[in-house]
Amino acid sequence: MSSSPDKLVYMANQIGKFFHSQGHDRAVQGISEHIWKFWDPRMRKQIFAHLDAGGAGLDPDVLDALQKLKQQA
Amino acid sequence: MSLIQETDFGTPKSKSETMVTLIIDGNQITVPEGTSIMRAAMEAGTQIPKLCATDMVDAFGSCRLCLVEIEGRAGTPASCTTPVMPGLVVHTQSERLRKLRKGVMELYISDHPLDCLTCAANGDCELQDMAGAVGLRDVRYGYEGENHVFAKSHGCENDNWMPKDESNPYFTYDPSKCIVCSRCVRACEEVQGTFALTISGRGFDSRVSPGMSESFLGSECVSCGACVQACPTATLTEKSVIEIGQPEHSVVTTCAYCGVGCAFKAEMRGEEVVRMVPWKNGKANRGHSCVKGRFAWGYTTHKERILKPMIRERIEDPWQEVSWDEAFNFAAVKFKGIQQRYGRDAVGGITSSRCTNEETYLVQKLIRGGFGNNNVDTCARVCHSPTGYGLSQTFGTSAGTQDFDSVEDTDVVMIIGANPASAHPVFASRLKKRLRQGARLIVLDPRRTEMVESPHVKALHLPLMPGTNVAVVTALAHVIVTEGLVNESFVRERCDWSEFEEWAAFVAQEKYSPEATAIMTGVDPNDLREAARIYATGGNGAIYYGLGVTEHSQGSTTVIAIANLAMATGNIGRPGVGVNPLRGQNNVQGSCDMGSFPHELPGYRHISGDAVREQFEAMWNVKLNKEPGLRIPNMFDAAIEGTFMGLYVQGEDILQSDPNTKHVVAALSAMECVIVHDLFLNETANYAHVFLPGSTFLEKDGTFTNAERRIQRVRKVMTPRNGYADWEVTILLAKAMGFEMHYNHPSEIMDEIAALTPTFTGVSYARLDELGSVQWPCNEKAPEGTPIMHIGGFVRGKGKFIVTEYVATDERTGPRYPLLLTTGRILSQYNVGAQTRRTENVVWHAEDRLEIHPHDAEQRGVRDGDWVRLASRAGETTLRAEITDRVAPGVVYTTFHHPDTQANVITTDFSDWATNCPEYKVTAVQISPSNGPSDWQKAYDEQARHSRRIAPVVEAAE
Repeated sequence: MSSSPDKLVYMANQIGKFFHSQGHDRAVQGISEHIWKFWDPRMRKQIFAHLDAGGAGLDPDVLDALQKLKQQA
Repeated sequence: MSLIQETDFGTPKSKSETMVTLIIDGNQITVPEGTSIMRAAMEAGTQIPKLCATDMVDAFGSCRLCLVEIEGRAGTPASCTTPVMPGLVVHTQSERLRKLRKGVMELYISDHPLDCLTCAANGDCELQDMAGAVGLRDVRYGYEGENHVFAKSHGCENDNWMPKDESNPYFTYDPSKCIVCSRCVRACEEVQGTFALTISGRGFDSRVSPGMSESFLGSECVSCGACVQACPTATLTEKSVIEIGQPEHSVVTTCAYCGVGCAFKAEMRGEEVVRMVPWKNGKANRGHSCVKGRFAWGYTTHKERILKPMIRERIEDPWQEVSWDEAFNFAAVKFKGIQQRYGRDAVGGITSSRCTNEETYLVQKLIRGGFGNNNVDTCARVCHSPTGYGLSQTFGTSAGTQDFDSVEDTDVVMIIGANPASAHPVFASRLKKRLRQGARLIVLDPRRTEMVESPHVKALHLPLMPGTNVAVVTALAHVIVTEGLVNESFVRERCDWSEFEEWAAFVAQEKYSPEATAIMTGVDPNDLREAARIYATGGNGAIYYGLGVTEHSQGSTTVIAIANLAMATGNIGRPGVGVNPLRGQNNVQGSCDMGSFPHELPGYRHISGDAVREQFEAMWNVKLNKEPGLRIPNMFDAAIEGTFMGLYVQGEDILQSDPNTKHVVAALSAMECVIVHDLFLNETANYAHVFLPGSTFLEKDGTFTNAERRIQRVRKVMTPRNGYADWEVTILLAKAMGFEMHYNHPSEIMDEIAALTPTFTGVSYARLDELGSVQWPCNEKAPEGTPIMHIGGFVRGKGKFIVTEYVATDERTGPRYPLLLTTGRILSQYNVGAQTRRTENVVWHAEDRLEIHPHDAEQRGVRDGDWVRLASRAGETTLRAEITDRVAPGVVYTTFHHPDTQANVITTDFSDWATNCPEYKVTAVQISPSNGPSDWQKAYDEQARHSRRIAPVVEAAE
C-alpha cells in the first residue's frame, strides 16, 4: 500500500463499502460527495487519472461515483 | 492578587427543591431540605467549629467539635449530622458548648506535636484555627502519657509512634500529626472511589492505613491528591509546600492534560508554583483532580526544556542556537522557496490540541491566509475525527451531547472502547460515585479495564475481539428492534421515520443477531442481549466512548451505530442520557471547533461555501482557497511522492503519536523544511530544521474547550521562560512570511472568533470571567451556553438513522501474526509522555509493558518481566511482558507513552474509511522471547542522539 494509485483506490473502495448497503444510486451520490468534500485536489486528480487509465481495482459503485464526480469537475 | 479562599460549608449541598426555614442564633434562615445545621449556619455566615467535616464528603460526626444546642431537644447534637427542620431554634454558642468544645480540643492537642512554627501547615492548619476558635489556653494532661507524637517515651522506643511515609513522590504522610478525623479515608472513598485508605485499629490505636498497613506508593493509592486536600493538619502535605512554604496568591486556570478540563487554583509564591489545587467551582471537576493535573506540572521547569530558537540546514547537522528573528527569517525563506519551486500547495501545518483555542485559530489562519492553501490538520485526525463525522451526519453537531454533571442523573452507563479510570480519571470518579449509588454499568472493551474492576462497582463486561465494534453495536440494535424495545414515540417525533424503518429492517436481519455474530465478536450472546435490554429499558441511558471506537477502519461507522442506538431508545436531549465522546487531549474539541480540519473553517463550515469563505476573506483581508487541503496521513503520502515539502508543527509529536513510524520517518525525511514549535526536542524534532521554543499553559492566557464543549480560561501565572507565548510566536512567524496579524492579547483573538463563528457569538473573556465557563453554542439563543444539546429536536432537524454494515478490517491475523495488539493509556502518563515522563510520575510507569494472557505467554515461553519481541507487518520492537488475564487469549495490549518502545513502529497504515483516522486499535502481531532492543530501536536511538546535538556557542574574541 505504498504506491499512490493503489492507496487511493483502496481508500475509495473503503468509502464505497460503507455506502454499498444504501443501494447503488444513493451509494454513488454518497461516495462522490464524500470524495469531493474531503479529498484534496491532487488526490482527486490522481484518482481521475487512474480512472482514465481504466480504473483497475475500483469497485462498481466507486467507478460510477468517480465518473459522476469527474463530469461535475 | 490574593489567595483565593474557598468557603468550606462543612457538608455537601442538598439538591432538594423543598425549602425549610429555621432560626440559628436569632436569625431566620431558609435552606433546602436535607441541609445540615452546620451548612445552614455557614450559608448565613456563622462558622461552627469543626474538624472532621468538609463539604467534599458526607458528614461523619466523629470530632464532637461542631456541637450545638437545639431548643426543645436534649443534649448537644453534632451540627454536621443533624438536618434542618422547619421551625428549629438553634444556638451555636453557649457556656455549655464552650466548655465541651474546649475539652474536646484539649484532648486532641494532648496527642499532637507542638512544633507549629516549623510545621508545613503553619498558616493553613485547621487544627490550629480551631484551637484558636474555641479559646484553648492550656493542655492539662501533659505529654508524658501514652502518645503518637514522640519516637521515644521515657527513654524507650514508643511503639505508638510511626515514622513519616515519604514513598509518594508528591506528598508526605506524617502519622504523628494525624487526628484520625477520617477525612482522607472518606475522600478516597467518596470523591475518588479508590478505597485505598482505611482506619486500622480502634480507639487510641486508630491509624490511617493505606491498604493493609502498606506504604502510600505500595498501596492501591492513585495519588489523586483528594486526601491531601481533605487533611486539616500537616499529616498529608504536598512536598512542594514542605519545601517552599505557603502560597501567597492564587489564580484560577485550566489543566492542560486530558479532555476533562479540570479547573485548578495555581497557588503561587511570586512566579513560583507552590501547588495546584482543584477548584470547587470548576464545573467539569467539582473540586477533584488526578495525579497528572494535581502534581505533574514539574515539566515546566525541567532542564531539558528548550528556551532558545534553533536552526540547521540538514537534519544530520547539530542544532545552532539563533535569535528569534534569525529563526523566523530562516523559516520564511525556506517556506517561500518551497512554494516557488513546488507550488503553493507544497506546505502546510498541524495545529495543536494542547495549545489554546486562540493559538490554534492563529495557526489555521496563517496556513489558510498566509500559505494560501488549506493544508491544515490537527491531532484530532488521529483520535476523534470519526466523532466529528459520525455525529454531524446523524445529529448535526460534531460534539458530545451532555455536560459531565449529567452523569448524576444517569441510570445506565454504557462505556465503549474507553477506560476513563486511566484516561479521564476525574470524570471516572464522578461516574463511579453514581455507580455506587446504584446506576448500572455496561463495558464493551477487549480488556478487563480498571472501570470493570473498580471497588463496589459491578459491570456487565462484553469482552469483544478488537475490530468488531460495528458488529457488536449493530447486534445491540438488533436486540432492541426485534424485542420491541424501541422508543417509538421519540423516534416518530424527533427522527426521520422512513430512514428509521429502513435501518430497523436492516438491523433486524438474522445475520446481525448476537448469536450469528458471536463467532466474530467473541461476545456471549446472552450477555449482549442482557446489555441491550438494560440500556433500552433501564431508565436514563448514557453512552460514553473513546478511542477504542474511533481508531478503527470503521471508526466513523461505529460512531454512527452508537448514535442510532441512542436515537432508537430515546436517550437524547435531556439530563442523564446522551452520546459522549471522551476527548483525549485538553483541547481536542477546541482545535476541531477552531477550523483545524483541512475541509472546514471555524464552526465546522465547509471551505467550499462561498458565503462563509467571503466572511473570512473580508475579516482577514486575503483571498482564500476553496479546495479542501491534505489531512495528516495524506501529507505524509504527498511528502514521499514529492509534492509536499514543508510543515509547521505546533505542540504535537507526530513521529511518536502517528501510526507506522517508518512511514512517518520517510515522509519527514523527504521534506525540505520541518518547523517544530514545542517545549522539548521531541521525536519529530529529530527530523526538523527549525525549532521554535514553546510555552506552557502556566505561561500564557487563552482558553481550552473540554469534552463537554466547555470553554474555560487558561490564565498566565508566570512569564514565558522562552520569551514568548505560543500565539505571539505564530504572529511573528506569519509576519516574517509576509502575513500580518495584529493582536495585543488573546482576548482580541477570541473576539474575532466570536465575530466569525455562529456558535461562539456570545463568547468573550468578560463573559467567561463572569460565568466561570461556558458551553458552546453560546449566542443570542443561549446567552449562558448550552449544557445539554438536542433538547426538543436535533440540530440538523430530524435525527438521521444510517445503516451500518460491518466490514472486517483488512488487518487480519494469520499464521505469522496470530495475535491482535490493541493500545491504550495508563493513569500516570499522558499521550506521548513528553510532559509526564519529565515528572516524578515515572515512579508508576517507567516503561511501556506488553500485557499478554498466561496461555499465550506459556505457549511462547514468555515469563512475567521477560523482554519480548513484538512484530507486525509494519515493523518490530521490544519491550517487557506483563502476564495478566485482563486481556483475553489472542489479544495483547500496550501503552504508547515511551519513545524507546515506539509502539507505533508496529501499527499499520490502515485507517478509517471516512476520515483517515488511523487504525491503532487493531494490529496483527507475533510475540517471541528477545534479548533486548531490536535493530530498529538501536538505529533509532542512535539517530535521535545524533540529531539532538546542539552546537556549542562560540564566544567572539575580545
